[in-house]
Amino acid sequence: MSTSRPDVLHLQSDIAYSLPIGHMPDAGGHFGRFGGRFAAETLMRPLKEIEDAFFEAWNDPAFHAERLDLLKNYVGRATPLYHARRLSEENGGARIWLKREDLNHTGAHKINNTIGQGLLARRMGKKKVLAETGAGQHGVATATVAALFGMQCDIYMGREDVERQMPNVLRMRLLGANVIPVDSGTATLKDAVNEALRNWVASCEDTFYIFGTAAGPHPFPLMVRQFHTVIGQEARAQIIEQAGRLPDAVVACVGGGSNAMGMLHPFRDDEVRLVAVEAAGHGLDSGEHAASLAAGKPGILHGNLTYLLEDDEGQIQGTHSISAGLDYPGVGPELAFMLEEGRLQLDAATDDEALQALQLLTRTEGIIPALESSHALAAGLRIARDMNPDQIVVINLSGRGDKDMNTVFRHLGWMEDAS
Amino acid sequence: MKQPDIRSARLRRTFERCSNEGRSALVGYLTAGDPDIATSLELLQTLAGQVDILEIGMPFSDPMADGPVIQAASERALEAGTHIGDVFALTRRVRDAHPDLGIVLMGYANVPYAMGFDAFAEKAKACGADGVLMVDIPPEEGGICDDALAGQGLDRILLLSPTSPEERIRLVCENATGFIYYVSLTGITGADMGDMDDIRARVERIKSLGRLPVCVGFGIKTPEQAARVAAFADGVVVGSHFVSQIAHAANACEMRDCMSSSAEQMRRAVAAAT
Repeated sequence: MSTSRPDVLHLQSDIAYSLPIGHMPDAGGHFGRFGGRFAAETLMRPLKEIEDAFFEAWNDPAFHAERLDLLKNYVGRATPLYHARRLSEENGGARIWLKREDLNHTGAHKINNTIGQGLLARRMGKKKVLAETGAGQHGVATATVAALFGMQCDIYMGREDVERQMPNVLRMRLLGANVIPVDSGTATLKDAVNEALRNWVASCEDTFYIFGTAAGPHPFPLMVRQFHTVIGQEARAQIIEQAGRLPDAVVACVGGGSNAMGMLHPFRDDEVRLVAVEAAGHGLDSGEHAASLAAGKPGILHGNLTYLLEDDEGQIQGTHSISAGLDYPGVGPELAFMLEEGRLQLDAATDDEALQALQLLTRTEGIIPALESSHALAAGLRIARDMNPDQIVVINLSGRGDKDMNTVFRHLGWMEDAS
Repeated sequence: MKQPDIRSARLRRTFERCSNEGRSALVGYLTAGDPDIATSLELLQTLAGQVDILEIGMPFSDPMADGPVIQAASERALEAGTHIGDVFALTRRVRDAHPDLGIVLMGYANVPYAMGFDAFAEKAKACGADGVLMVDIPPEEGGICDDALAGQGLDRILLLSPTSPEERIRLVCENATGFIYYVSLTGITGADMGDMDDIRARVERIKSLGRLPVCVGFGIKTPEQAARVAAFADGVVVGSHFVSQIAHAANACEMRDCMSSSAEQMRRAVAAAT
């Protein structure tokens, strides 16, 4: 067997996973003026150690062999690319395909990244992992990998999210993770990140921080993107196989940007519209939303320079979205860069639009999407309506909706409003 | 190699004076606007009378590197309506009352970034600050602020920690001015101190690689700890311990009395250490 790294690996015969890293940031992790490593001194060495370990692992065929084997036989990849005919017909306009990340083990795309980082943690000899979580999907995916690899696991979660995502909290506990509610600040995802960083500072000798989104200090934005590009690589091969050509538009929702980078990045050098959909909450004019790219400005938070929702003096603002997974005041630095470069088309969907899209997909196709993914769906449907039936829109269905049923039932008036 | 130095004449004189007196400098920290602007002024003035260098914290919504005590201080200050303009105004009042005191503005990158580093540096200089410490701007990212600070003659204080390898110690020694702040433990502010012999060895290593004074902080809670650190460091930083006087006191008067007596104990401990 050759010791040099192959450029592609196969998980099944018809999909070749390309391994060379395209669109690299500079050596300091900057994507243009965004990104970087704005971290406290105590974190600089552990971050460098992760960076070195990541590049070393990425160049090792054995690492990818194990990673792809787990993605196939444990996660269930490749996920299908599904032509939603009834949805397309009901909606009108372009033909719609759905990338079924909701069919992954644990119910969302998040596990692509936690398998990768979990393998890296084991490779670095770490005995424990910690992570932040918002909706709980990344927390569940981290707890799952910790169980699989026999590692201790601490999950930091804002108190408000603990209360609105209780099924995921209980799943994490069942998986053996220690869920630590965070009361500081707004008691949501950004505060969970703060608390996870604080605890990693004190424990980094034996603990790996499995960061959940394509943001944070270098190398997290690059590494999380790379572990998720399986999504877009598969979708690209699958649409060519099924439709005989590339799509006209690819659509993904954006909180921090993990599923968006994984889906959109492999299409970056194609003539394809790349659409990122932010959470418009009660509307972009209401002030109650989580649309950092649309309504924010550049700033420094959680180790990177990126678009943030903040007041005039740089204090980070509270956000609102019906979906806890999009409820974050920042966004991955590469998305900020792609937007300023003109390579990204920005869109947004409100709480109500997401709820309507969720119901439409459920009734026409029998697929219940996560509220996060329902934002991509709402915008994707709108974009498709302005196109003709010869055209193709691919929407990333990043997760399944089981975790959101209580929220949805309350909004439909089928359950008492607990809040 | 760039020559490290102290840009602020006041900080230079402070370390010289302490050195001539055969003691470490006492460095105290309080968050501006905590628990409210009026009380904060009294507390800052009280502490300013006892310390050689005062670190004035700029409150931030997301103090990632701070423990519960200073997080709570930041939250109290912001809830009391403290703006960055108030931080400058408080600093100006302290400067007017204490012309020889070293003053360092301390905080996170995003508040100065939002204002623009040129405007921030100009205002910081105008209110009488000598240096700036931004926890989340390591030397690698200094390009966004270094020229602005140097242009106003403000010192750019950098941190080192027990996790800093040899090449980072060299990098920080080449890029820091004013003094180096050695974080004595791999944790957040207010946690317990690390092993004293290890701290001493690291401080001596840093001093051998650079020419700047080295101040040691993070975790100093008692006069005995302060005295032990003072035996080898150029400065002893006390932060959470002073801030905790605010949370524990019943009213402004009690806060001031507690601040005054705890600062005096620390000052005596540092002065007596050899």
